[in-house]
Amino acid sequence: MAKRIEVKDLDIYYDKFLAVQNVSLTIEPRSVTAFIGPSGCGKSTFLRSLNRMHELVPHARVEGTVVMDDQDLYGPNVDPVSVRRQVGMVFQRPNPFPTMSIHENVAAGLRLNNARISKGDLDELVERSLRAANLWNEVKDRLNKPGSGLSGGQQQRLCIARAIAVQPDVLLMDEPCSALDPISTQAIEDLINDLKADYTIVIVTHNMQQAARVSDTTGFFNLQGVGQPGQLVEIDDTTKIFSTPANQATEDYISGRFG
Amino acid sequence: MPATEPTADRPAPPRAKVKQRPGDRIFAGLSTGAGVLILVVLAGVAAFLLVEAWPAIIAPSDEIPGRGGLTLYIWPLLFGTLISAFFALLIAAPLATSIALFITHYAPRRLSQALGYVIDLLAAIPSIIYGLWGIFVLAPATVGPTRWLTEHAGFIPLFAGPPSATGRTMLVVIIVLAVMILPIISAVVREAFRQTPRLHEEASLALGATHWEMIRMAVLPFGRSAIVGASMLGLGRALGETMAVAIVLSVSGGVTFNLISSGNPSTIAANIALQFPESTGLDINALVASGLVLFAVTLAVNMLARAIINRRREFSGAN
Ligand SMILES: Nc1ncnc2c1ncn2[C@@H]1O[C@H](COP(=O)(O)OP(=O)(O)O)[C@@H](O)[C@H]1O
Ligand SMILES: [Mg+2]
Repeated sequence: MAKRIEVKDLDIYYDKFLAVQNVSLTIEPRSVTAFIGPSGCGKSTFLRSLNRMHELVPHARVEGTVVMDDQDLYGPNVDPVSVRRQVGMVFQRPNPFPTMSIHENVAAGLRLNNARISKGDLDELVERSLRAANLWNEVKDRLNKPGSGLSGGQQQRLCIARAIAVQPDVLLMDEPCSALDPISTQAIEDLINDLKADYTIVIVTHNMQQAARVSDTTGFFNLQGVGQPGQLVEIDDTTKIFSTPANQATEDYISGRFG
Repeated sequence: MPATEPTADRPAPPRAKVKQRPGDRIFAGLSTGAGVLILVVLAGVAAFLLVEAWPAIIAPSDEIPGRGGLTLYIWPLLFGTLISAFFALLIAAPLATSIALFITHYAPRRLSQALGYVIDLLAAIPSIIYGLWGIFVLAPATVGPTRWLTEHAGFIPLFAGPPSATGRTMLVVIIVLAVMILPIISAVVREAFRQTPRLHEEASLALGATHWEMIRMAVLPFGRSAIVGASMLGLGRALGETMAVAIVLSVSGGVTFNLISSGNPSTIAANIALQFPESTGLDINALVASGLVLFAVTLAVNMLARAIINRRREFSGAN
């Protein structure tokens, strides 16, 4: 559980278009790393390169290395499916499976990894995941109802429960609160705080206050200009980034003079 | 709750009148009219069938063709109709679903477009052509294989034999019907699969699903009601198919599950088409009565499909 990720000289392409250029950084285990930056600078692209979801786009590819506790995620014999089982993901819009009940949603990944799991073990894992996602008390009486009947915030926590049910090493979150109201956002932020005891969490957010509230480390992505690749401008302790950033562009961005 | 019920001595406060726009009114009138028209046509057809069938329903049984009464006359036809349509659907639905899946989720883009185009073309071929193909190509081609089937799988009642020497069997009818309904089913299912939300496909892939697991988790459940609906559409077409069956099938009456012999029941639609020109009087009424049964079966099939789709409505993702 909770592994360290080391990214080195990573270039990320969509066919011929270089979307993100030359990223090198380390993501520490049991901590929250946030990425901020203007839209279109490649935050989502970078995040999706960490669980090899990026390559689902036709002709998309990366150059460079992503190493997770000594395992090269882009090594020649590495199956992207197994990478995704270790690196979970939560999306911008809550996406529970509409044809499945709440219980089935949480169990979906478990069934993939372990088809022979007994009913009792399954129920126990589902309950534990829902508790870990702070959702158990709200749904325990309607586990067999469709997940799409929940509120947006509940759906997003259901998706988090689904992602952590398979006990990944790393949890990626791409603007998980951008479709939610402030109270649901608060609930998710609290949850992130709880989860960081067990997981390596990487979150992309367009909300700088959120990055300041939830993360230990913050990275700032920026674009040199239109059609240019996005670059990691700086990454440091969150307190440092929001008080005395090393780079002028970072300071302009966080003080709202830019983007 | 009495508080919400306006009483006679305390009338509800007058509601502010919503302004009626002419466009809304015209549209509401047109769509209501269209809905009512459909019901009227349906009721009219039912009434016509009932009136025309009535003399046969009340006639003494020895005046009905076959001299065994109306039930005995219609039953083999109904059996032939159901068995041909059922097996045709059994072949066509899984095949059409697989084709739709291949087109939307496996084939490279160029191939998928070409294939989709060819399938759509198949739907445009008139049924008489299918009938001719059935009798001139398929029927002779099945003579050898059915002989083999009787020898090696004759213990299955469907292939009990003796095999027909001409090949104009129920089996050929079933295959022709399956090919005829394949395009419509696969076209409808294909569109449903194509609209599977990217969001849900990604959700399953991010959990570590393989391509096939993603399809089972996100694509097939999403397309489920389309598969049922399209199958019913296909079944409806198979139940009512006239020309292809009339051309291919060599009829000798009798109710049997044996698909490859020469002793086949006809189907309701084919029987009407073949018998009608030479019928008079009560014979016509008997034919119309069989039509009434076909009408009822088709309605029942549609209602069944609707019930299947509604049973899991709250899980359809449409909320
Ligand atoms: N599927 C795609 N195909 C081609 N280009 C893409 C695709 N997704 C994103 N891009 C491009 O990559 C760049 C970074 O996008 P993205 O990672 O979504 O930015 P962010 O998440 O920071 O807003 C943008 O220029 C965008 O147009
Ligand atoms: Mg993004």
